[in-house]
Amino acid sequence: MQLIVAGIAGTMESGDILIELEATEQEGVHIDLDSTVSNQYGKQIKRVITETLKDCGIQNVYVKAVDKGALDCTIRARVTAAAHNGSKNEDFCWE
Amino acid sequence: MERLRRTMLFVPGNNPGMLRDAHIYGADSILFDLEDSVSMGEKNAARLLVYHSLKAIQYGNCELVVRVNPLNTPYGRQDIEAVVRAGAQVIRLPKTESVQDILDMELEIERVEKEAGIPVGRTKLMAAVESALGVLNAQSICVASKRLIGIAIGAEDYCANIKTQRTKEGLELFFARNMVLNAARAAGIAALDTVFSDVEDMDGFETEVRLIKGLGFDGKSVINPRQIGPVHRIFLPTEKEITSARRVIRALREAEARGSGVVSVDGRMVDRPVVLRAQRIIQMAVASNLIVDEEEMLDE
Repeated sequence: MQLIVAGIAGTMESGDILIELEATEQEGVHIDLDSTVSNQYGKQIKRVITETLKDCGIQNVYVKAVDKGALDCTIRARVTAAAHNGSKNEDFCWE
Repeated sequence: MERLRRTMLFVPGNNPGMLRDAHIYGADSILFDLEDSVSMGEKNAARLLVYHSLKAIQYGNCELVVRVNPLNTPYGRQDIEAVVRAGAQVIRLPKTESVQDILDMELEIERVEKEAGIPVGRTKLMAAVESALGVLNAQSICVASKRLIGIAIGAEDYCANIKTQRTKEGLELFFARNMVLNAARAAGIAALDTVFSDVEDMDGFETEVRLIKGLGFDGKSVINPRQIGPVHRIFLPTEKEITSARRVIRALREAEARGSGVVSVDGRMVDRPVVLRAQRIIQMAVASNLIVDEEEMLDE
């Protein structure tokens, strides 16, 4: 998938994570994470975001993530939704 | 043992906090909603969230139901594709009006099951009737597919359709409830009552639960965890009912041990409906932790 516009998904409600994706010319995935649990789970959250973006085929991207205690499955869902929103892609892959 | 469906907790599909906690309140079934509680702009996000939650979260013994969007919307097929693959146990079809609605849904589910290598028939179906036509066709709808495990009535849309409004007394639903209930019983599937929207009015809620229990419904759709406890309490069997049921079940076991088909208590033959009712009461008592299990009960 290719980001055409900024991709946004999620909310600031408890248990959720707000994800904003923006294409960048810089190589790689750059994550700006704001989370109350970043000391304990920051690495894990970033790992899930990076893995999900890789699954979506998105490479050079700036990610703004505001976490409110989201589970890994929620992070996957929100990153995927943001990627589809940003690339205007409605072709979902269900496994 | 037949599964209890006293409570089906509605959870909006795009609320991760509620999806995470849905199973901790003790509802018999959880309904993940992709339809009315999700705005059109959130349909894709909600579907992804329910899909990933179903795959990742252990919901214990709760029955996992997903209310999908109808097939005549742009979302219905994607919903089925996602939630069948994610392992939803039951798909609830809203606004069911005809046998064809069930057959179309079944065809779609079967296609996904085959493509995903899931045993055909694993995903069950529940129909929700929410219009005069749906209610009048309830009998044929209930026998339209072997996948059907239950039928529910959706009162808000139904009342709008018959040009009236809901009241606390529920007279406007009297025909629909009885029609749906009898259609379910004739088909041997569960009957679920509609939601009670005023979560502040617990007295009104309990009155409605007593009404639908009296009519014969298996349970009620609930929209707030606060509503679960009262339903389970009202559906509790009484001590007298349990004592009586124990005697019937014990007599049934003794008859089976003798190789006899005739069950008798105190020298009087017990009819099959009484045995079925006794089994149902014991099942309710076990589910409510009033007795530990059937075997222990017989040892007492």
